[in-house]
Amino acid sequence: MDVPGQPILDIRAVSKRFGGVEALKGVSLQLHPGDVVALAGDNGAGKSTLTKIISGVYPADGGEIRLDGKPVHFATPEAARRAGIETIYQDLALADNLSIGANIFLGREPMRRVLGVLPVLDRKAMAAAAKETMARLDFHVDRLQAPVGRFSGGQRQAVAIGRAIYWNARVILMDEPTAALGVPEQRKVLALIRGLKKEGRGVIFISHNLQDIFAVSDRIVVLRRGSLAGERRTRDTSHDEVVKLMIGG
Amino acid sequence: MSGHTPVQVLTPQTSGRSPSRWLASIAGMRAWLFLLLLLAVFESWARISYGASFVLSAHNAQSIAVFAVAPLLLALGETFVIIAGGIDLSVGFIMGLSAVVAAQGANLAASVVPEFPAMLAGIAAGLLVSLVPGLVNGALISRLKVPPFIGTLGMYGVARGAAFLLAAGTTVPVANGWFAALGNARVAGFPVVVVIAAVFVLLMHYMLSQTRFGQHTYAVGASEQAALRAGIGVGRHTRRLYLLSALCAGLGGVLYTARFTAGAAQAGEPLLLDSIAAVVIGGASLFGGSGTIFGTVAGSLVIAVIQYGLVFIDVEPFWQFVAVGVVIIISVLVDQTQRRLGGDG
Ligand SMILES: Nc1ncnc2c1ncn2[C@@H]1O[C@H](COP(=O)(O)OP(=O)(O)O)[C@@H](O)[C@H]1O
Ligand SMILES: [Mg+2]
Repeated sequence: MDVPGQPILDIRAVSKRFGGVEALKGVSLQLHPGDVVALAGDNGAGKSTLTKIISGVYPADGGEIRLDGKPVHFATPEAARRAGIETIYQDLALADNLSIGANIFLGREPMRRVLGVLPVLDRKAMAAAAKETMARLDFHVDRLQAPVGRFSGGQRQAVAIGRAIYWNARVILMDEPTAALGVPEQRKVLALIRGLKKEGRGVIFISHNLQDIFAVSDRIVVLRRGSLAGERRTRDTSHDEVVKLMIGG
Repeated sequence: MSGHTPVQVLTPQTSGRSPSRWLASIAGMRAWLFLLLLLAVFESWARISYGASFVLSAHNAQSIAVFAVAPLLLALGETFVIIAGGIDLSVGFIMGLSAVVAAQGANLAASVVPEFPAMLAGIAAGLLVSLVPGLVNGALISRLKVPPFIGTLGMYGVARGAAFLLAAGTTVPVANGWFAALGNARVAGFPVVVVIAAVFVLLMHYMLSQTRFGQHTYAVGASEQAALRAGIGVGRHTRRLYLLSALCAGLGGVLYTARFTAGAAQAGEPLLLDSIAAVVIGGASLFGGSGTIFGTVAGSLVIAVIQYGLVFIDVEPFWQFVAVGVVIIISVLVDQTQRRLGGDG
């Protein structure tokens, strides 16, 4: 599906208004396979609104979103997810009492037949897929049957992301993925984002944390009051420049 | 930035030695341990006071097993409902309704067909009528968003009234040899009702532990949000759960009629508490998300042993209620402690 040079996601002049508030005033953004884009900006800049439009939570009022070059309109988050756009939420939406494998396959569980007749859940296949998927993210699971509720916050994000990539999500959206996590956990999430890049997925993540942004992103897109304040290659810019773009002036 | 990615190892946070893990690992077993303890107590009592064995008496074992069947049947359906984070308070009177309708159905059919098909008609009538309150419960809870506690409490009243009205306030005798045999005969030395219950236990265990239906039941109980996001039809699943619970109660009613050759509206009245107790003692959490069929089996046996054992050692029967109540409270406290220590239990 990846056509060389063609972005997976091409956002063109998207705008959104909430009553009197112009949350987005024609923002454009391109995401290529293996791209990690950091979305930065002050509170109320429109970062969450942009990701919610991409993930089908809100319709855009104007502009266009193209996936693999084809215009798309997602009526619901489910529609976006089916098209390969996955949002990782802080509250993660995992079933805490089920294993990693069972969470990855929730709603689509593989079955096998005992003695050729009796259909039963194929827990081995689920565990094997869980192990392999998590290994692709450089997370090595040593207790495959443990319920995910026993894992830490960063580890649980890894499971949510593992589920997304298992089902071939190609664009991963993360709104403040490291907020509310301790420092070691934040590192794990950053490692996950690198894992996604290695996998050739596109990542857009929102962050307030310049350390995180500079640690993993390829590009930084700064929004200010609903407009694109600037876009920089991470290696060509500095903390100082990004802060100036954020606050304006 | 360098492309170096540190390797992470995903290990459950709670370490191998912590007391919470140890507690969690015996959660599924605690009902069986408790059952062993109870049996040991009654066994010692029997040896000391009567110089006889409590456990090794075939009569006692069989009585306890037969005793456990009805609350167990209700508890099997209730296990699914409770794991999914709901509760069904209407099962006792659904059982009564089914018992009355099974008796009336068999009597009515007996006027046109021989006894065996008349019995089948009675069984079918009892099971079918139980589906009605099950459907209504499911619709109230999934479509009208009535809390399960309230919706099924309402159905408790409705099913109770309907059962007494149908039975005209009395019991409905059945003169049907086949029906009586179903309730009282043995196969290979085992009471038929116990065999039926055992088959049903295996079926329910299979459903809960080996099918998507069971897996989704756990998921809904842990997080409805997670289940919805995974594309599970939570509303439809909920409706099926209450239907299953009602059907289990319906089977309980049919077997009651078979055993006593009469249907009674109050057949399941004392069993609501027993069945919920069995589920909770069996390790399921009233917060949803955990529980097993074999835990519920152990919980049912615990209650049957308490009730039968107290009679056996000649304690005033009202102490049974006290004992079962105390055991429920202890089980809930243990569950809460486990959640606090283990995070999830
Ligand atoms: N659902 C909504 N209804 C009304 N106004 C909204 C809604 N969502 C966002 N806004 C407004 O749109 C603007 C952008 O918000 P948001 O996208 O959440 O910013 P950010 O995530 O960058 O902090 C803000 O002025 C906010 O108040
Ligand atoms: Mg925001």
